[in-house]
Amino acid sequence: MAGKTSRHIAHSGQAYMEYGKGMAGRHRPMGSMDKDAKNEYMPDDFEPAHGERFAAGAPLRGRASYLGDVRRAFGKNKVAVASLILMGAMIFFVLFGPMMVRFDYYSNDYDVINQPPDGVHWFGTDTLGRDLWARVWVGGRVSLLIAILGTVFPEVIGLIVGGVSGYVGGRADMAIMRAIDVLMGIPSLIYMILLMLVLGSGNIATMVIAISITGWMGSARATRGLVLQLKNQDFVTAGEALGGSPAWIIFRHLIPNTMGIRVVGITMSIPGVIFYEAFLSYIGLGVAPPNPSWGQLIKAAAEQFRYYPYQFAVPCLFIGLAMLCFNLIGDGLRDALDPKLRD
Amino acid sequence: MPAEALLELKGVKTFFRVGRGLLKAVNGVDMAIRQGETVGLVGESGCGKSTLGRTIMRLHRPESGQVLFKGRDVWSYGRPERKQYAKEVQMIFQDPSASLDPLMVIHDCVSEGLRIHGARSKSERYERAVELLGTVGLSKEHANRFPHEFSGGQRQRVGIARALALRPELIVCDEPISALDVSIQAQIVNLLKKLQVEMGLAYLFITHDLSMVRQIADRIAVMYLGSIMEMAPSGRLYARHRHPYTEALLSAIPIADPDVEAKRRRILLAGDVASPVGLGSECGFRKRCPRATELCGRERPALAEVEPGHFVACHRLGGQAPNPNPNGAG
Repeated sequence: MAGKTSRHIAHSGQAYMEYGKGMAGRHRPMGSMDKDAKNEYMPDDFEPAHGERFAAGAPLRGRASYLGDVRRAFGKNKVAVASLILMGAMIFFVLFGPMMVRFDYYSNDYDVINQPPDGVHWFGTDTLGRDLWARVWVGGRVSLLIAILGTVFPEVIGLIVGGVSGYVGGRADMAIMRAIDVLMGIPSLIYMILLMLVLGSGNIATMVIAISITGWMGSARATRGLVLQLKNQDFVTAGEALGGSPAWIIFRHLIPNTMGIRVVGITMSIPGVIFYEAFLSYIGLGVAPPNPSWGQLIKAAAEQFRYYPYQFAVPCLFIGLAMLCFNLIGDGLRDALDPKLRD
Repeated sequence: MPAEALLELKGVKTFFRVGRGLLKAVNGVDMAIRQGETVGLVGESGCGKSTLGRTIMRLHRPESGQVLFKGRDVWSYGRPERKQYAKEVQMIFQDPSASLDPLMVIHDCVSEGLRIHGARSKSERYERAVELLGTVGLSKEHANRFPHEFSGGQRQRVGIARALALRPELIVCDEPISALDVSIQAQIVNLLKKLQVEMGLAYLFITHDLSMVRQIADRIAVMYLGSIMEMAPSGRLYARHRHPYTEALLSAIPIADPDVEAKRRRILLAGDVASPVGLGSECGFRKRCPRATELCGRERPALAEVEPGHFVACHRLGGQAPNPNPNGAG
């Protein structure tokens, strides 16, 4: 998009030409080496703007929107796009993988216990003779769902609470922050167990709610800190001077400006949530057997991974891949969300 | 010139609570701005001129005193009136790079006020933004860029366009040129003058640039430590100032001719600006004033009209009785 044509601007009968920073050598047809070295532009490096739009004096670059630019900048980051594709593939298999085999994830077959991967059982079978291909993908549903919901919900709560707390300031800020200090002192397992009593154990909703109840506080603190830095900037004052309500200032100016930094934290916290789910499953507070999750599969396989390493390796590989993808996507998003890091 | 004041400040005091006590940033300011007029507000860093501007914008609540807009106290406003006030009084900021949201495209920055003040359609806002950009000397192709793609002068123009979007009557210009190159400063000042003529705007022009303020201001107020020391029509202030602080301040203006500059008489003030924290009821300039007497340490001089339109706050001017209404005709 930031190629040659788009940079040319037609204006009142004269062709102005602008050069993007990275244009030398990148968008031009290969010139001689010394031309590149001297960073010189040759006449044929440019094409004149002409046609209808030239006459109208309209810019050749389309109207920009924030999201459009984010998408474009993200698209240029190859590693992030590859991660996104890999994540898409994983989500595809998580949704449709179990349908590709004739085994379900819970039926035992004692004739084929602990079988290494082969043409029938693509990822092998576990100690109870269950097909691991089916179990890994069904487990992925649980793990990814909890990872995403368990990250998004607390983050949304944290952004709102932190944004309000930081912007309003004064006594409200003091009250909110002290409340968070107190709540953070209570181990999250206590919330978990109490919630299990009320909502029933072993289902995804309970875990997401429990993770949200404990997870928003860190995000609220981080957001508040960023808002405190931002709220004295002139563009916030300008918004106030234009008559913007506190909600307008918080949601239009403050939270969007914290997102670039927060989004990395968000994607980095996804692996943490995946592991937290695994931990909860391990102590019996997670999803209940026979429902699998990646954490549970690892836990089950860890007991005998010396003898059947494939049972251990497969879910580990997917947890690792998921973490890597989320991290790289987060990295790419951060760069794309900040207009100053683009181009 | 209509006698009716657009904006009137009566004994405005804006204090901040700091660790050691009370920081008296604005300590009793009386002033009036009429329709279509430019009032320059000069003073050194920390004298409270920006705080005064922000108090006018309703960004700081004054400890006491009144900010009257068209005769009504802006702090008595209800919610709809507050929004209306934002339409009538706007602000231009010092640092053009911090005053635009880095995530907003220029046309969104400019039309933000329109969006806050009613449900104009997206294309309507865009058209209006482009129109405003034209008014400030930018063009359509700038509308889709981000603030960081602009130079300081261009960003300042965007800031001006944003302030104009709501068709205000008064614009508080908080050091709009001090972050710019000298050549760009002149451009911005000329743009502001042009807009004033076209739209009948009134400006409160806050600056510490004494030579630039002369170009734009009809009247100039000199501020020191939260109080106005002298206020007079611009020409008169430069030629016939009466306050010792104004004298010292004006003697600091460099002159472009090296021969004249070499012979220029400078008044060097001793000491530093007193702290605005825990300021008592004395003349703030007392300790640095060559003419200070014992009276200056006891009592703060009131702003008195020494000649029509010329106000001075000093005990050592001789005979004049303090004028109870410093906002009279000028």
